[in-house]
Amino acid sequence: MALKWIPDNTNIDFVRLRFITFGLSTLLALLSLGLLISKGLNYGIDFTGGTLMEIKVVDQPINLGELRASLNSLELGAISIQEFGSLEDLLIRLPEQAGGPEQQKAAIDSVHSALDQKFSNVDYRRTEFVGPQVGKELKEKGLMAVLFSIIGMLVYIWFRFEWQYGVGACIALIHDTFITVGLFSMTGMEFNLSTVAAILMIAGYSMNDTVVVFDRIRENLRKFKKMSIYELLNKSINETLSRTIMTSGTTILALVALWLFGGEVIRGFVYALIFGIGIGTFSSIFVAAPVLLYLNIRHGGKKASSDEEAAQKA
Amino acid sequence: MVYLARWTKISIIAVCVLGLFLSLPNIMSENLRMKMPSFLPSKTVNLGLDLRGGSHLLLQVDLKTVATERAEELLDSLRPELREEKIGYRRLNDIENGVRVELREESDLDAVKKIIRGINRDAEITVKESTVEAVFSEAGIQEMQDQTMGQSIEIVRRRIDESGTKEPTIQRQGDDRILVQLPGLDNPEEIKRLLGTTAKLSFHLVDMDGRGTGTMTLPLADEPGQTLAINRKAELTGDMLVNASVSQDQGGRPAVGFKFNGVGAKKFCKLSADNQGKLFAIVLDKIIISAPRINEPICGGQGIITGTFTIKEVSDLSTLLRAGALPAPLTILEERTVGPSLGADSVEAGKIASVIGLVGVLIFMLITYGRFGIYAGIALIANVVLIFASLSSFQATLTLPGIAGIVLTIGMAVDANVLIFERIKEEITNGRSVMSAVDAGFSRAMSTIIDSNLTTLIAAVILYSFGTGPIKGFSVTLMIGILTSMFSAIMVTRLLIVSWLHRTKPSILKI
Repeated sequence: MALKWIPDNTNIDFVRLRFITFGLSTLLALLSLGLLISKGLNYGIDFTGGTLMEIKVVDQPINLGELRASLNSLELGAISIQEFGSLEDLLIRLPEQAGGPEQQKAAIDSVHSALDQKFSNVDYRRTEFVGPQVGKELKEKGLMAVLFSIIGMLVYIWFRFEWQYGVGACIALIHDTFITVGLFSMTGMEFNLSTVAAILMIAGYSMNDTVVVFDRIRENLRKFKKMSIYELLNKSINETLSRTIMTSGTTILALVALWLFGGEVIRGFVYALIFGIGIGTFSSIFVAAPVLLYLNIRHGGKKASSDEEAAQKA
Repeated sequence: MVYLARWTKISIIAVCVLGLFLSLPNIMSENLRMKMPSFLPSKTVNLGLDLRGGSHLLLQVDLKTVATERAEELLDSLRPELREEKIGYRRLNDIENGVRVELREESDLDAVKKIIRGINRDAEITVKESTVEAVFSEAGIQEMQDQTMGQSIEIVRRRIDESGTKEPTIQRQGDDRILVQLPGLDNPEEIKRLLGTTAKLSFHLVDMDGRGTGTMTLPLADEPGQTLAINRKAELTGDMLVNASVSQDQGGRPAVGFKFNGVGAKKFCKLSADNQGKLFAIVLDKIIISAPRINEPICGGQGIITGTFTIKEVSDLSTLLRAGALPAPLTILEERTVGPSLGADSVEAGKIASVIGLVGVLIFMLITYGRFGIYAGIALIANVVLIFASLSSFQATLTLPGIAGIVLTIGMAVDANVLIFERIKEEITNGRSVMSAVDAGFSRAMSTIIDSNLTTLIAAVILYSFGTGPIKGFSVTLMIGILTSMFSAIMVTRLLIVSWLHRTKPSILKI
């Protein structure tokens, strides 16, 4: 009955692959940085302020071009209209209107009446308005949340393990969050409050994954006092590989269900989670653990790099 | 070696049964829940506004205007007293949170200080040459702000109640904000209009002889561009009203009928007797609605406000006057409204996604671990039941991201089992007997399970403290899910495996 996804006694030389994977990771991170600088993020109204409306038009075809023209004629600034999941659903974004809440309300009203005029049956599914001040605060809060949780998790790692592990986890964590943000820049997907929540979650998951590998490394360090660090890291990664793959598998499985059936509103959120969990799994195998090779994790032992030489000679 | 104390077994089962009881109301119809005897749990999960539909409004109270008003009041009481004491000043004006007097004679300093102390005991007074600055004390400002916030919340509540909206939640947030949540409301325009008006009503005498001091010039509502000078001091204010209703004037035009309380009625009676033939102005939010002539003493305590009103305006205005004036203007900082159709769709989609996610994980576990996979699956179902039981009994709010949190927990909950099973497998490969391998598997995986769950818990807790609304809902289900999954994956699975081992005593174990 039982099926083995990963054969017993796998012995893949993950650590040897580090030059390729470190290179790949660095490349992706640099690419993300470049994208962030050149293209930036497509911030949602949570951060920019403005108004977002989701409408459903029943029993009537929508001519996007025509609708765009008629809404643009209201002269409310750069209005964006996009389909949202199906042909009947539209997402309309209005920029923040100068002149305070009165102007904002007037803008919403004029869009409402324009839509009501055009379509006989409009269902206003969702209206969100965020003032510029709140937008700024949410941005700050989001940034603080990400920073604090990363610090919180690192402090925990530092308490439970030695500082070297903290450094490894930190690199993996920054790697994961950075590349996920890079994905958002590349695809131009909306970056909003739930994206921040997803990034935090990814950080939490990546840390979870990393800790499992670290735990095993620590245990093996005690058990195999003579084994070279190079070998020991490989052994630990291989021993936990089955678990790493299983857990990521079930988590991604559940998330794919959510992505397919959970509705349009959280699709972006779930997309970020799926991607992030993939990256998190990659980083705990290929980044967090191999980094330890350079950080002398065995107290009073030989330098890790000379361990490796010994291993390669053997 | 593999052994569970009797009381441990009983408590594991008890927790699961209790969880089942607490979560059951969620799948019952409302009718059935009503009919149930009261000792049975009947609480269901509290759906957030994004799932049940409704409106979330974040309002800001303009506390600055209150401070300015207080400063003006201080100025208004100071001016006549200075005159009375014959204290000459070059300038007298209000500054931020207080007033400033530039005296002609430095010798008057002490007298001025005394006068200010007499009006406001706690004012902080600073003297620079012949200039006196008096500002409200920090404690005084704090008190003023708290009072303003308290009043604002009260008035907002009354206005929302008057409009007939059910179950609103109104709370203070931070220093100067009010969070209003209106479930089931899909068009908040009406409420927004009601909250957007301060509705400060006051009655002033019109400055007939053009004295110019202690007066202010306000626009007339009926004649655009026209203004009228009236006494700054209000003779009567809106808080002396006991009722306001839709009424009409002699010509049948819509008007607001009002009734004064005892004090107001007496004051109005005296005012109208003393000032016959003069004009008095009815002022609403710094606009003169009308300025009728007092023809005879009015002592019945009742009256009407006429103007060019529509019926809708009259009905809104009487609602506002009944509820009372806001101490300071409100601005809408944030609004999130979800229509009932989207909410219902989201609940439906969430249900389907959760069930499919759950079934997928169950199948995955079954084909990977066989019998142990079934045990893990049972533990997973127990976990979902416990999540709903906790959400129902703590009355935590379930939001759409919250559902995502549950699905994510479903995926991650088996992690503990995977860790345990993989460990058991290894121990068997290392040549241990079945019993000792299972025992070692559970105990050795434990520290890893705690470490890895705690890191996720840290992320969830921080998200909770920084997040708002739906995002908070995500962190709530995540936190609950992490805790319940540790219980179910460790204890429930253990109970199932131990019972099976004792029943069959297998000599080889296939995971």
